[in-house]
Amino acid sequence: MRRLWIGLTFLVFALLLGAPVVRIAMGAWNDGWSGFAGGLTRPEAVHALAMTGLIVVAVTVINTVFGVMLAMYLVRAAWLGPRLKKLLNSIVDLPFAVSPVIGGLMIVLLLGPDSAIGGLLGAAGIKIVYALPGMILATLFVTFPLVIREVMPVLQEIGTQQEEAAAMLGAYGWTTFRRVTWPQIRWSVVYGIVLTVARSLGEFGAVLVVSGNILFKTQTATTLVYQDVENFSLTSANAVALVLAAGSVALLLLMEWAKSRQKHA
Amino acid sequence: MHVEVRGLNKRFGEFHAVKNVGFSIAKGQLIGLLGPSGGGKTSILRMLAGLETPDEGDILFHGKRVNDLPPQERGIGFVFQNYALFKHMTVEGNIAFGLEVKKWPKPRIRERVAELVELTGLSGFEKRYPHQLSGGQRQRVAFARALAPEPQLLLLDEPFAAIDAKIRQELRSWLREMIDRLGITSIFVTHDQDEAIEVADEIMIINQGNLEQKGTPWDIYKNPQTPFVASFIGESTIVEDISSLRGFEDARAWPGTRGLIRPEYVEIGKPSEFQILSATETGRVKHLQFRGSEWLVELEVGSTRLVTYRSLEKEVLHPGDEIQVLVHRAYLFNDNDSWIMENKLKEDRTYVEI
Amino acid sequence: MSSKLKNRWWGWGFRSAVMLYFIILIVLPILGIYGQSLSDGWKAFMDNIREPLAWKSVQLTVWMALIATAVNIAIGTMAGWVLIRYRFPGRSLLNSMVDLPFALPTAVAGLMILLLLGPQSPIGRWAEHFGFSILFHRPAIIIAMVFVTFPFVIRAIQPLLEELDPAEEEAAYTMGASRFKTFFRVIFPNMLPGIASGAMLAFSRALAEFGAVVLVAGNIPGRTLIASVYIFGEIESDNAAGAAAVSVILLTLSFLILWFVNHLQSRRRTA
Repeated sequence: MRRLWIGLTFLVFALLLGAPVVRIAMGAWNDGWSGFAGGLTRPEAVHALAMTGLIVVAVTVINTVFGVMLAMYLVRAAWLGPRLKKLLNSIVDLPFAVSPVIGGLMIVLLLGPDSAIGGLLGAAGIKIVYALPGMILATLFVTFPLVIREVMPVLQEIGTQQEEAAAMLGAYGWTTFRRVTWPQIRWSVVYGIVLTVARSLGEFGAVLVVSGNILFKTQTATTLVYQDVENFSLTSANAVALVLAAGSVALLLLMEWAKSRQKHA
Repeated sequence: MHVEVRGLNKRFGEFHAVKNVGFSIAKGQLIGLLGPSGGGKTSILRMLAGLETPDEGDILFHGKRVNDLPPQERGIGFVFQNYALFKHMTVEGNIAFGLEVKKWPKPRIRERVAELVELTGLSGFEKRYPHQLSGGQRQRVAFARALAPEPQLLLLDEPFAAIDAKIRQELRSWLREMIDRLGITSIFVTHDQDEAIEVADEIMIINQGNLEQKGTPWDIYKNPQTPFVASFIGESTIVEDISSLRGFEDARAWPGTRGLIRPEYVEIGKPSEFQILSATETGRVKHLQFRGSEWLVELEVGSTRLVTYRSLEKEVLHPGDEIQVLVHRAYLFNDNDSWIMENKLKEDRTYVEI
Repeated sequence: MSSKLKNRWWGWGFRSAVMLYFIILIVLPILGIYGQSLSDGWKAFMDNIREPLAWKSVQLTVWMALIATAVNIAIGTMAGWVLIRYRFPGRSLLNSMVDLPFALPTAVAGLMILLLLGPQSPIGRWAEHFGFSILFHRPAIIIAMVFVTFPFVIRAIQPLLEELDPAEEEAAYTMGASRFKTFFRVIFPNMLPGIASGAMLAFSRALAEFGAVVLVAGNIPGRTLIASVYIFGEIESDNAAGAAAVSVILLTLSFLILWFVNHLQSRRRTA
C-alpha cells in the first residue's frame, strides 16, 4: 500500500514538475549551442535581462526595509491601537488575492498618462506608467506581503521581554534592534528576501500591463519570453526561459536552505 | 528616602490595576511585594522600572521625580520572571551587554564580567549559551546581567517562579546573601509567602491594587491590619460565630463578628499534655495529613472546624480520637473594626512556639 | 539634542514614512480601481459586467479553478501525506521540489506546458490520436492552474500532519479500529482544516492566474478565454472601464475568500 502511494507521488512529481523543466532545457538546445547563445545575447534579451535585474534589486531592497519596519510596527507598536493593527494586518495580505493583471491595471488607472497624478507628472517630464518606475511600483505591490509575513510570526514568538531587558540595561531603539531583535529574525528576513527575489524575477502579468512591453525600453525577461512565443521564435524563448528557470531553481535551493536555518536558529 | 511613591494609580482599560498606592523605601532595604496573582504587584514594579507609565502619582528616587525618565536612564537592574536572557549571546555576552551600551572601556568590561561570573558562581560557564544552562544557572545569569552596570536599585519580578522547588530554597538564600553583601536597595515581587517571609526585610501586601500593609514579616504576622492580610499569611480558618468557642464568649458583645484563627494558635492533645486544662474544651480529630516535618490535623470543636499542626514528637493521633483543644487567640473582625482577642480563660501569657 | 529627543524624532520619521508607503502602495490602488469601475455610474458598471464575453470569462474561470482545485486536493493530500508520513530515498528532494511553482516565473511555466503538450510533442500527438486536444483547449487551462497552485494544499496539511499526536492513532488501534477506519475517523478530520484552507488559497490563486494560462489557452472568447486574459484584452483595446468592472468582480471574490480563510484560521487559533 505504502509503495503504491510513494510510487504515485513520484509519478505526479515527475510529470508535473520534472518533465516541464527537462523539456525547457531540451528546447533551448534545439538549435545547439549557437541557438542558445544567440537567444541570450541578442540585444533585446540583454536589455530585458538587465531590466529584470534592475527591478529585482530595487524591489527587494525597498520591500525588505519597509517590510521589516512594518512588521515591527504591526507586532510591537504601542502607538497603533489593537483594532487598527488588526485592520492593517488583514490589508497586508491583499496583494496575494489580486490577479497580477489587475495589479497592473490599478497602477495604470492611478498613475497613467490619463490620470490626474500621471498627467501632472507627465507634464513635468516624469513618466511612471510605460516606464521603469511604474514597473517597479507594480512589482512592489505584488511582492509587498512576502517579507512582512515571514517576520511577523517570529517577532510574536520571541516576545517583548528581551527588548525590555535591553531597555533596562540602557539600550535605545536602534541598539536594541541591532543587537537583540535582528539576530533573532535574521533568517526569516533572508527567507523573505529570497521569496521576494523569486517573485519579482518571475512577475509577468502586472509588468506586462504597466510596461506596455515596449521593445528595448520596458521589456523584462518574462515579457520577452511572452513576445517570443507570440512570434513563434521558440528557441529564443526557450533560451531566456531556461536562464529564468535555472535562476528559479537556484533560488529554490536558497529558499530551502534559509528555511532550515530559520528553524534551527 | 531612596524610593518614594505617592498616589500611584494605573488603569488598563476598565480594569483599575493599582489604586492609590504610596510607600517609601530606605536605601539598602530588601522589600517584598507579596500578594495574590493579578493583584497589581507586577504593575507597580514595572512602573518603578519605567516599563509602564502611571496614570496618576509620583515616583521619586532620592527625592527627584522620575516619572518622565525613560527606563534606559533610571539606573535600575531588572530581573524578569522568565529570565529574558539574550538567547543568541553567551553568558559573558549577556552580562557585558549593559556595559557595552554604556561604552565602558573593554578591559574594564572584562574585569567586571569576570567579577560577576565569580560572584554568581558561574565560573566555567562563561562561553555557554542560555539553552545550555539549567534554570537555576539562567536565573543567576539574569542577576549578573542586571547587576553589571552597578545599578542603584534592583527590581525582581517573581524571580523564582519558574524554578524547581528544590533549587528554589538554595537560590533564595543565595539571593538574600548576595543582596546583603552588595547593600543594594531591592524590591522583589512574589506570590509565595514563605519566600517573602524568609528573604525580605519588609513586606508590602498588595491585593486588588491596594497596599494592605507594609511592615516586617513579624509585624504583619502578629498585627495584621486588615482581614485580607490576616487571612493571607498563614493557613488560617475563619470561624463564623467566634463566641461559640470557649474563652471567647465576650465576642457576643459585638454581633456579626467573625474570627480568624491561625493554626499556630490552636493547641491540641490528650488531657495529660495540658497545663491549663480548664481553658480547654473537647473536640474530635477529623482528618490527619502527613506533611513530612509534622502532621496537619483537621479537627472539630462543636460545629466549628479548625486546623492545626502537631509535632512528630508527640503521641500519634487518629481520626475519631477525642482531644482537648485550646485556642490561644483569635483575630476578630467585623464591618467596622478588627482586633486580636486573647482567650479569656488563660491565666498567664502562654509562650507559644511558632 | 538629548539622546531621547533625537530618538523620538527618528521614531516619528520612520513611522510616517512606513505608514505612508503602506497606504499609497496598497490602499490607494485598490480604492482607485473600485472608484474607477463605478466612475461612469452604476448602470455603466452593470452593462460592462453583463457583456456576454465578460460574464462568460468569469464563469469559465471559476469553473476551471474549481476543477483545478479539486485535482490539487486529491494529489496534494496524497503528496503531503506521503512526504510527511513515509521515509524513502529522495524524500527531501521531492519536498524541496514542492516549492518550485512558487519560484518559477508563470510565463516560463506556460512555455513549459506549451512545449510538453503541444501538437508536435509526444504527449500532444498521443492525445490527438485519441481524439481530444489538450493545448489551446480547456484541459491546458486546468493543467496550468494545477501547476501554479500545486504547493498550496501540500504546505497547508504538512504542519497539521506533523503536529498529529501519535497517541490518538494508537488509541484508535487499541480500541480495535482498522487502519482504514482510523484514517477516516481520526487522522482525516485533523487534516481537514489544512485541506480546506489550502484549497481555498489554491482556488483564489487559480482565479487570478494569468501568465501560465495566457500562453497555453488559445484565448478563444467564450471557450477558453479566462477572466484575467479578458481583462488584459480590454486594457489593450483601451476599454479601461470594462477591464475595471470585471476586475472588481474578480477582486471582490478573491477578497471574500481571503477574508474567509483568515477568519477560519483565527478561529482555529483561539479554539
